[in-house]
Amino acid sequence: MGTHAELEAIVDRYSGESTALLQILREAQEIEGWLPPATLTCLARLLEMPRARVEGVAGFYSFLHIERAGRYRVLFSDNITDRMAGNSELLDRFCNSLWLERGKTSEDGLALVDTTSCTGMCDQGPAMLVNGWAIPQLTPARVDEVAELIRSHTPVEDWPAALFQIEDNIHRSDMLLDASLEPGAAIRAAATSGPLATLEAIQCSNLRGRGGAGFATGLKWQSCRNATGDMHYVVCNADEGEPGTFKDRVLLTRYADLVFEGMTVCAFVIGARKGFLYLRGEYRHLLAPLQEVLARRRSDGLLGNDICGQPGFEFDIDIHLGAGAYICGEESALIESLEGRRGIPRNRPPYPVTHGYLQQPTTVNNVETFCAAALIALRGGEWYAGIGTGKSTGTKVLSVSGDCVRPGIYEYPFGVTVRQVLEDCGAQRTQAVQISGPSGTCIDATEFERRIAFEDLPTAGAFMVFDESRDIFEVASNFVHFFAHESCGFCTPCRVGTTLLRNVIDKLHKGKGSQHDLNQIFKLSRLLQSASHCGLGHTACNPLLDTIKRFRPAYERRLESLEFEPAFDLDGALERARAMTGRDDAGAHLRTDE
Amino acid sequence: MTAEGKTASFQLDGATVPFEPGQTVIQAALAAGHYIPHLCYHPEFKPHGSCRVCTVEVDGRTVASCTLQAQDGMEVLSQSDRLRKEHQTLVQMLFVEGNHFCPSCEQSGNCRLQAVAYDLDIMSAELDHLFPNRPVDASHPEILLEFNRCILCELCVRASAEVDGKNVFALSGRGITKHLIVNAESGRLADTDIAVTDKAMEVCPVGVILRKGVGFRVPIGERRFDRQPISAQAREDAPRRPTTGNEDST
Repeated sequence: MGTHAELEAIVDRYSGESTALLQILREAQEIEGWLPPATLTCLARLLEMPRARVEGVAGFYSFLHIERAGRYRVLFSDNITDRMAGNSELLDRFCNSLWLERGKTSEDGLALVDTTSCTGMCDQGPAMLVNGWAIPQLTPARVDEVAELIRSHTPVEDWPAALFQIEDNIHRSDMLLDASLEPGAAIRAAATSGPLATLEAIQCSNLRGRGGAGFATGLKWQSCRNATGDMHYVVCNADEGEPGTFKDRVLLTRYADLVFEGMTVCAFVIGARKGFLYLRGEYRHLLAPLQEVLARRRSDGLLGNDICGQPGFEFDIDIHLGAGAYICGEESALIESLEGRRGIPRNRPPYPVTHGYLQQPTTVNNVETFCAAALIALRGGEWYAGIGTGKSTGTKVLSVSGDCVRPGIYEYPFGVTVRQVLEDCGAQRTQAVQISGPSGTCIDATEFERRIAFEDLPTAGAFMVFDESRDIFEVASNFVHFFAHESCGFCTPCRVGTTLLRNVIDKLHKGKGSQHDLNQIFKLSRLLQSASHCGLGHTACNPLLDTIKRFRPAYERRLESLEFEPAFDLDGALERARAMTGRDDAGAHLRTDE
Repeated sequence: MTAEGKTASFQLDGATVPFEPGQTVIQAALAAGHYIPHLCYHPEFKPHGSCRVCTVEVDGRTVASCTLQAQDGMEVLSQSDRLRKEHQTLVQMLFVEGNHFCPSCEQSGNCRLQAVAYDLDIMSAELDHLFPNRPVDASHPEILLEFNRCILCELCVRASAEVDGKNVFALSGRGITKHLIVNAESGRLADTDIAVTDKAMEVCPVGVILRKGVGFRVPIGERRFDRQPISAQAREDAPRRPTTGNEDST
């Protein structure tokens, strides 16, 4: 374990606050690459909280290891776009070159290689994370280079910077990405017109949340402003976990001032003095640059006391780094995580606007929403309302990936057709587009005239393109695995249902399916949609239902019989025995297919 | 009471159920003798809505009745064909998630999972079993932890924290790997400060937390749910103040 003094220093840096538990665990892990039992005991004692609670939190997040994990933790991003770009072959090559078995820490404690959910590099995949640092554009040569650096025990901080180079890939910009805002301009505009007039501008703009749900931002701010509490909080949701989405990565890389500006305007309107940016762990590389921006804004008088010379306007922002949990993109789970707990969605009502962080009124908005809010504060609500469609004002930043010539960031006024986006990104012979990620909608070629807008195809930004060479079943299978891995496990239907769905899909994948299995999918999906605790469960079956409806032959050719096939695989049951004896010859197999 | 001084009430499957301010639908229903199937709800603890077995329908929306605040005039359905099927599937999910062998389980007849399943006419698991590997913890001289039967209701977690003030239990892992842990670096119950008189010892709805040496003191056939189906014992689960394990055993 880390020495008592090392751990004490970490805890002291966070003033011994139990709300910082996730941050403390993340830093404590950097000492040895994992969190040994004695480390958890020591932290529990220092934080004066039950050890079991500390272990419970450590066990929840994918990037925290409570089993020995090796000096180098290498996680290959496993989104469908990484798959399409050949991540499986690269992973095998990497494991072979280091003599490693996937998912198992090497005997000498050197490395652990595994997969992880989409890391937000779909425009430059396949990608990996090494000790939390993103490496995009993997090729056999780059994978060999990483393997060699690990073999030579080179510390990650000494690796060539070229490995970690991440491109922004902005291919179409509109009013948001074209905005060149002088830092402080939106805050000064808000201060001049006052909080109520600024709120009115947000309301009049009809701005809706960009995280996907599309809740009216003005109404959210107003409810939060009117809620009584000791403190009000602003939270920026930068836990961009939806597979296929990476626009927040670019916004935070290139437009950080605009994001913080929007948060500060929000603080001014709702009367908050404290804000948090919840940054997904996969974007660890953005932490230091973002902290520099915050420091600059503090020294420029745009954060801190008497902001922009407004007496009594006090506001500052902390960055909280996540640790690999898609569910923390759900706002109440995000707040639980901010408080240093397992990221379990809360029972609602009450909603965060009245009972959020530490049960105080809290406004949680998406990164892009704050950017838009800053522009509205500066240029007015009517200007904004004039862009887009009736129910979807403004623009939407799309993350385009998959089978196209120019994957990357595209900003359009709402109302753009899918066909237009496909043309602009150079997609050809397109079979299907997954709008808004696995929890969104999969559409086929007959629907490309549909529009990106809350009235038709609402989206949080993901736009994954699949051409005619792709097997849509593989796409659905990838998404089903994703949901099973990311279910928080709180409620029965989602915890068990997503795993049962995964098992059915794996059975179909092996060509062992039957009509009975398709019926099971429908039955489980109905239950997930109706009885789950939160949106993850409600949407977890979307990829299956959408693709069965539109691409039924992709499933039917995997059915062995139309009646029933047992899930139990007699030969598969011998796998452990084969692994133990090191045999894989014909005599170690049963013929079950005759 | 409503503003007019009338007792507030809602409709549950056509029956009128009165309620007191602050009560949830399941609390009011059980107090009035109307049974809604449930597992993670316990009359002495704040409901948290994880098992979803108490799912009901209100105005076309499906919600957990244990976390749903009762409102005057509300129309609640708990027994439609659709809901009954959902209740069955949820209970079947809990069966296939763990390793449950009722005929050899010492909690048979006292087990709520078994009782709810009988009550819902569940004859088989229907779903494919997951057969998880969950070693038992027999380290404690007086208590056995049989994790194979855990349905993750968190009642022991809540009882130990809220009544016993000990935090012996917690949950770790995520998704299907979520599991119960104990408050000890060794991971062994023997190294915690649990006592047989703790509240946490008596709230397990299934057969995870077992006192050694007393398992068959009451013979199978004469146990609580052998005598009467669980649905006929609704009032037993009406809300009441928390009692400590200590008080009950003396």
